[in-house]
Amino acid sequence: MQTSRKKGNLIQNLIPPLSIAAGLVLWEILVHLSDYPAFILPAPSQILLRFFRSISDGVLLYHSLITFLEVLGGLFFGTSLALLTGYYLAHHPIAESVLFPYIVASQSIPMAAIAPLLTIWFGSGMMPKILICSLVVFFPIQINVIIGLREIPRNLLDLMHSMRADRLALLRYLEIPSALPVVFGGLRISATLSVIGAVVGELTGADAGLGYLINTARGQYDTAMVFVAVGMLMLIAISLYTGIVLLERRILRWQGTD
Amino acid sequence: MDSFVKISNLSKTFPTDDGNGLEALDDINLTLAENEFVCMIGPSGAGKSTLIRILADVLQPTSGSVTFAGNQDPTRAIVFQSSNLLPWMDVLHNIALPLKIQGESETAANRRAEEWIERVGLSEFKDEWPKTLSGGMKQRVAIARALIQQPQLLLLDEPFGALDALTRDQMAIELLKTWDLQHPTVLMITHSITEAALLADRVVVFSKRPGHITHELKIPFERPRRAALRDEYSFIQIVKELRGMIMD
Ligand SMILES: Nc1ncnc2c1ncn2[C@@H]1O[C@H](COP(=O)(O)OP(=O)(O)OP(=O)(O)O)[C@@H](O)[C@H]1O
Ligand SMILES: [Mg+2]
Repeated sequence: MQTSRKKGNLIQNLIPPLSIAAGLVLWEILVHLSDYPAFILPAPSQILLRFFRSISDGVLLYHSLITFLEVLGGLFFGTSLALLTGYYLAHHPIAESVLFPYIVASQSIPMAAIAPLLTIWFGSGMMPKILICSLVVFFPIQINVIIGLREIPRNLLDLMHSMRADRLALLRYLEIPSALPVVFGGLRISATLSVIGAVVGELTGADAGLGYLINTARGQYDTAMVFVAVGMLMLIAISLYTGIVLLERRILRWQGTD
Repeated sequence: MDSFVKISNLSKTFPTDDGNGLEALDDINLTLAENEFVCMIGPSGAGKSTLIRILADVLQPTSGSVTFAGNQDPTRAIVFQSSNLLPWMDVLHNIALPLKIQGESETAANRRAEEWIERVGLSEFKDEWPKTLSGGMKQRVAIARALIQQPQLLLLDEPFGALDALTRDQMAIELLKTWDLQHPTVLMITHSITEAALLADRVVVFSKRPGHITHELKIPFERPRRAALRDEYSFIQIVKELRGMIMD
């Protein structure tokens, strides 16, 4: 019983990588059978070669690092600001009602539309990208902080008050831990959004980063390089997401059904 | 004995959507003497928990007052009807929490918490998350968390409600022992007449909602009381009398 379940799990775990491998093989065959030129659809083998070449001349790592730093910077500033303002708004419902329309309105502007503006104002360096990332990161986290703090059960608040907890004790022992699960949910969404934000910023105007790399490669009909850069972006997004999930699991071990 | 807390003309109405309000407590007058152990019995929804929450100062009355002897602000601890543990703290840290909030050092707080964990028989579970505990074990943690504060006023909202009959008796005796040591003033809600008669100096009976006090009965037995008291004739008489008051 036990071993057959294990076997079932093993097979289930093997299916996704096998499926990916099969897809790649199919893609390779398709490219060789058809006569598409490489700048339309490069074969996986060509992309792999391009990947090794861009690794060996250092180009890929350099631009990936730039994008990664923008994404991290955006996550850091956006999250910090969201935590502070979210905490404030959760405790000041009137301020929340006053500010909320503006916050929501600011979120309904497509980031592709503000990216050119930020480039005009702040140039083509990393700063405007970090700004865009911060902006997209900000909202999901702020909303979740407010929800997390508002959803604290009445009973637990009563308990803390009966023990005469001051603001700081309340924050440390009740508010932070009980808002954390929801905030982590926001963080997961934000990590992915931040990668998108950085690329949109870089595509608009940049002198470095994976978005810039995509733009120049496209100009040179180096489609394999475009694929490599896109793959790197996926890698960054997936690693960030996985990192956050792992951190979440570590920190929130207490969670589970009562 | 001196009066310790005086509840005068206390009423509580909760706001409702239809605007009529929900009258939970109606003109409660009750005085607890210093070191007195009072049990409260009454039907579900009578407003007993509401009264306890007002005494714990986590809820404001609509009218009336709660005054303490010498206008002091006594230390109070409450055991809620649901165990109310912080799910992100293990047993040890849940019990040590009130001490830390009061500013005791981590080590000192944890050391005292360990003593209490032993007293409520949970030594093996001190590192467990609340989610892994049974209902009765959780409630024992909540009781330890209240008693560790050595409060002047101890408020117990059906502390043994989630316990099985055996553990319940055991905890009642344990509570008697600690009360003999610390002598806090106690107001305890219970649904068990026997428990009330065994523990209390006085039992007050609540009416249906809006709750008010319909009867009071002094429990005359000597202290310290033992579990065997429950088999004595005089005890059974008291229980009968209480049952009659509740049936009214
Ligand atoms: N915060 C609240 N808001 C609105 N109504 C409330 C609130 N707390 C309690 N009530 C209402 O007040 C009444 C009394 O509730 P309370 O919890 O004090 O009863 P109780 O005597 O403790 O009952 P039980 O024995 O079932 O625990 C109930 O009708 C309840 O719905
Ligand atoms: Mg109740």
